[in-house]
Amino acid sequence: MVLKVFFPSCCSSAESGILIGRWISEQNSAVILAVVHFPFIPAQVKQYLSEVQRVSKVSVCVLGSWSNSKQEKEENLTEFLEDLGTIFSHEPWIQISKEGDSKFWSCSTLQKHSNNPKEEEIILIYYDQRKVMLSHLHPPLDTATSADPKAEDASKLSAIFDTVAKSKILFMTDRYDDGPIKLTHWQSDGVEASIIVELMKQASVPACMLLTFLLSLISGVCRSRVLKFWPLSFLWSKLSTCEQLGHRLQHLQVISSNKKAQNQTQLMRKANIFVSLLVDVALGLLLMSWLYRKNRIGHLADTLIPVADHVAEELQDLLQWLMGAPAGLKMNRALDQVLGRFFLYHIHLWISYIHLMSPFIEMILWYVGLSACLGLTVALCILSDIIALLTFHIYCFYVYGARLYCLKIYGLSSLWRLFRGKKWNVLRQRVDSCSYDLDQLFIGTLLFTILLFLLPTTALYYLVFTLLRLLVVIVQGLIHLLVDLVDSLPLYSIILRLCRSYRLA
Amino acid sequence: AMEERPYRSASGAALALRRRQHSASCRELAVCCPRLQLRSLSAATSAVWLAAYGLFVLSENSVVLSAAIFITLFGLIIYLHFVKIDQESLLVIGSLGIQVTSSYASGKESTTFIEMSRVKDVVINEAIHMQKVIYYLCILLQDPGDPQGVSEVVPLFQSSKPRLDCLIEVYKSCQEILAQRKTAPQSS
Repeated sequence: MVLKVFFPSCCSSAESGILIGRWISEQNSAVILAVVHFPFIPAQVKQYLSEVQRVSKVSVCVLGSWSNSKQEKEENLTEFLEDLGTIFSHEPWIQISKEGDSKFWSCSTLQKHSNNPKEEEIILIYYDQRKVMLSHLHPPLDTATSADPKAEDASKLSAIFDTVAKSKILFMTDRYDDGPIKLTHWQSDGVEASIIVELMKQASVPACMLLTFLLSLISGVCRSRVLKFWPLSFLWSKLSTCEQLGHRLQHLQVISSNKKAQNQTQLMRKANIFVSLLVDVALGLLLMSWLYRKNRIGHLADTLIPVADHVAEELQDLLQWLMGAPAGLKMNRALDQVLGRFFLYHIHLWISYIHLMSPFIEMILWYVGLSACLGLTVALCILSDIIALLTFHIYCFYVYGARLYCLKIYGLSSLWRLFRGKKWNVLRQRVDSCSYDLDQLFIGTLLFTILLFLLPTTALYYLVFTLLRLLVVIVQGLIHLLVDLVDSLPLYSIILRLCRSYRLA
Repeated sequence: AMEERPYRSASGAALALRRRQHSASCRELAVCCPRLQLRSLSAATSAVWLAAYGLFVLSENSVVLSAAIFITLFGLIIYLHFVKIDQESLLVIGSLGIQVTSSYASGKESTTFIEMSRVKDVVINEAIHMQKVIYYLCILLQDPGDPQGVSEVVPLFQSSKPRLDCLIEVYKSCQEILAQRKTAPQSS
């Protein structure tokens, strides 16, 4: 098989030395991680390598020699390098050399105990150490669950990625450290790390503990018995704000847990939740700053009452239209008048209540607007709840109309069965024939006729109020869709894919 | 060693196949598509601008003209960056894998690398495309669960669509390298 040598691009200008890395025998490939420069003591090199092997669990060993001679090729250097092969015995011993300013490298292997004497082909692969270290090659999900031998066939290159990724400890020492070993790898010009990232890592532990403590307090209060009495619990379940707050509380609990993420999916989920919370709060603060400027709350409160009045007037007009001859249909006058007057009185009551509340609206809005600092999603949920409260009368009308219609249909179907001489057998859940008395039949037919001829009136009221309710539900549904979008959009993954796509491999 | 030979695409345009042998187990095959013709570019631009001028005469609004200029510019940029492929190449490295590269007219290159363990075979298939029957080269990927099965078919040279003679050359080069992995011992 062809011998494959993976060489890091940062070592191409390194001084002469020996190559250390990992040899993967089943793929006949050598992954070179760093170059150790002269002078070195072989015993110390072996000790260092065994330490690295113990910590990183990657079987690092000396693979070969690297010579980068700026002057003419020296004969004793080649012999010296071959002799090194006897000290660090490795089969095959790889020798890579680069001459002066020439662009060409020469790579050869020394096999002492080989069966086939013929020259085997060598492929040299140049890799960017930093990017390979940061990339993760995830196995496809279906092979990860299958048996181990099959999973090894799945991707041979993932062994290479894993080798570089797990050898982070090797990259910790740089050339400015005083030690017996001088290495060259991608960090050898000085370890690169970001101060901000390190500071955040240090600060995150106490912050997480504080957050967990606060969250446990809040959830303890929420779960107390006081809030669980019947009217209150019904109210909490109906308001979407409470649901959204509970959702966010759960998210915060996920983030502030002390356990590190076990695998990639959990890490991504935590990161996505964190970014979504940040974006949410930022947008909420933006909304708040816009809302509290130029007395917009006052304007909003001032327009709220006229809007509610306007809606009530429109509803009254609609009812007057229904009480007349809507769309040319002829309604039953008496039933029409009764239903119409009942609904009109309802609207009148509603308007009185709204007018009673009008002095307090501005203050309520002001304090409720403060909760937008918890996030844009909370503000949108509050908006949806306000809409639900303001259109409560439409909901009531819908319930009345639906109940009436439902009763009518129920009665009609039962009396229709009577008309045909059948009966619904509750015990056997089927329709049976039944012999009725004459007076039962007479009254039943009479009632059936009455209900049938009153059907168009009730059906029309039901249709109109259902459509109105549908309108309100659609508006609320759109708001909830927006809230769900902000909640569950994986912004961190999207930004990572656009900016640092090599980390997602 | 590098050779270049002219061929034709399925629609009659002139293509060039460049073969380069880097070593016994490494070959690079590149198909160069014809460049963007000046006459088609001018025809498209003139059509858009004539239409815009006609709209301007009807509506007396000069926004139409500037909009037409922007549309032409953005359309050209999007076409060159996302649609027009200059060269499609195949790099076959025995025992490592196959790399498929498409370079666009704006210089963008999109590459896909398929490991050798996933490649089952490289074959020429026939397909019915509109009113023609064309031949295309594709890589068959192995199904990890079923050693005889094929999990995916990756078609190559999709935008240049070379004809059968060019495909046969590419097929022979690929098969020479793929055959080596059957003769070589699996593990040392």
